[in-house]
Amino acid sequence: MSTIITRRTLLAGAAATSVLPLTGARAQAPFGVGFVYVGPVGDHGWTWTHDQGRKAVEAAYGNKVKTSFIENVAEGPDAARAIRQLAQAGDKLIFTTSFGFMNPTIQVAKQFPKVFFEHATGYQRAENVATYNARFYEGRAVIGTIAGHMSKSGQAGYIASFPIPEVVMGINAFHLAAKKVNPNFKTKVIWASTWYDPAKEADAAKALIDQGCDIITQHTDSAAALQAAEQRGVYAFGQASDMKAFAPKAHLSAIVDDWSGYYVKRVKEAMDGSWKSGDVWGGIKDGMVKLAPYNDAVSPAARAAADELQKGIVSGTIHPFTGELKDQKGTLRLKAGETATDEVLSKMDWYVDGVQA
Amino acid sequence: MTAAILVSIFMTLAAAATPILLAALGELVTEKAGVLNLGVEGMMLCGAVAGFAVAYSTGSVALGLIAATLAGVAAAMIFALLTLGLGSNQVATGLALTIFGIGASSLIGAGFVGRTITRLGPLFPADYAAHPWLRLVFGHDAIVYLSLALVLAVGLFLRRTRAGLILRAVGENADSAHAIGYRVLAIRTAATAFGGALAGLGGAYFSLALTPMWADRLTAGRGWIALALVVFAAWKPGRLLIGAYLFGAVATFELQAKAAGWSFVAPEVLAMTPYLATIVVLTMMSLGRRTGGRDAPACLGKPFPAQ
Repeated sequence: MSTIITRRTLLAGAAATSVLPLTGARAQAPFGVGFVYVGPVGDHGWTWTHDQGRKAVEAAYGNKVKTSFIENVAEGPDAARAIRQLAQAGDKLIFTTSFGFMNPTIQVAKQFPKVFFEHATGYQRAENVATYNARFYEGRAVIGTIAGHMSKSGQAGYIASFPIPEVVMGINAFHLAAKKVNPNFKTKVIWASTWYDPAKEADAAKALIDQGCDIITQHTDSAAALQAAEQRGVYAFGQASDMKAFAPKAHLSAIVDDWSGYYVKRVKEAMDGSWKSGDVWGGIKDGMVKLAPYNDAVSPAARAAADELQKGIVSGTIHPFTGELKDQKGTLRLKAGETATDEVLSKMDWYVDGVQA
Repeated sequence: MTAAILVSIFMTLAAAATPILLAALGELVTEKAGVLNLGVEGMMLCGAVAGFAVAYSTGSVALGLIAATLAGVAAAMIFALLTLGLGSNQVATGLALTIFGIGASSLIGAGFVGRTITRLGPLFPADYAAHPWLRLVFGHDAIVYLSLALVLAVGLFLRRTRAGLILRAVGENADSAHAIGYRVLAIRTAATAFGGALAGLGGAYFSLALTPMWADRLTAGRGWIALALVVFAAWKPGRLLIGAYLFGAVATFELQAKAAGWSFVAPEVLAMTPYLATIVVLTMMSLGRRTGGRDAPACLGKPFPAQ
């Protein structure tokens, strides 16, 4: 069972009537699980992957659960209303899936102490608020390695959304890996100032290609940049899901998010009472971050290097952020041999040398 | 900066300007007849999803464009039925149409997420555009040329034809037009349909040419820019053309400056430029015209018959 609530019906105040029934005092009432999305489920990117996770929960528990979601929720104070809506509707576990939902989640969690909350990509926790995130930077390092091997101009274009730590660490991880292959590698960043605007993402890709970039990667949500790369005959990487269908020649690989395992596990814990607050940060090793199959165009050397890096990350012998590491101003950030702690990563606000941001 | 880059920038600019130009041109005609349809974004999305669905199913981009135009007209007819037929408030109905368009396109498009088609290519064979400068003239797709021709056609229609004069009369003074025997509601319905057709076509430019795919809210607010552009252009087709290309130029410049690494301007400032430019132009316009807003059709947004 699922209930779709759009932002619009919510605004119109109609949502209350569409979600409230069914739950309540019935003994065998299904366990309510709610999701708050920042974008549309049809973006085939970030929000789509979370919705795949929601579907996995439904598939795993069938009639025992009742999931519902609200899509296109604006970040900031406005989100509190959406989160409260789900809590009032009787959901016992609520996933809020964007960084900007952090404060609203904490705020609503105080008002509903018996409801469990899970906030993606944030750092504020409470008794009933857990956080979870994926180590996308591991995937970024793998595609950076491929980029270093495949770029002829030695320049990659990076379409970024907002300069938050999550995005900054992705840029740095990508660039460091590419630089290991090609010491003169340059990464040019365009801040799109949006998570989702296909036409603008495509235009940003074109601008980067005009400026000599022959690899395009992105931290925005649509496949538009890949299509622009395909049209101009350069390479690109998919974001959040396998986007090969959009750019069969350009798509070298993709960083694929997989939330299913985590969601299924946490819903079970919430149902049997063993749910505890905490912080989970899963990577390639945990199956939360995956790489889409390499394109045939990826050279044997690039494949070998990318596979080796993945193996190293899984076994723990390689960390994408290993010293000695200096930022653009020359400040020493990591001593020789030192690896970045999660604390350093989650507060990253500096760029490594060679990034044009 | 080489010629090839400059040409490439202009091609991006023209492509960015075209859908806004189309939607705004349609809205201009609608508003000239005295109808304020704020549902441009919704009609564009209806066109975008219908165009993609038909182009994907039939393999023909041309059929997709026709379907998009018809979908835009259909959405506009809902608006016409409510506002012109039943006398509902135009502002509220227009906003509702946008909300409806977002929802309906998302529903219809659900089965098409993750699919792609061969995009609408240049109209002329590649040999015509072998030289970079020739690409400026011959390198565009059919819709770019069509949009330019339509600007000319609408301009001539409004200024030089009797039918255009009648349409403007209906927008300026519906009661007088009615008194001399013109069918105000029929003319307004036709103008609304034309606006819907061009909005649908503009929306399809996203899903068939710019980013050949369907994703929810594909137009990402361009319909609102088209609406602002009509005011910016003071309801004159020629100025609409300049305004649309100016918007395309500012948006493209912002991205090019970032890609070129002009770090003396903060990215946040660059991101503001299109909107800052809009505010500056609107301010300058209202300063230059003490009577303020005289360019707007006098009966814009007013119901007929008066209630």
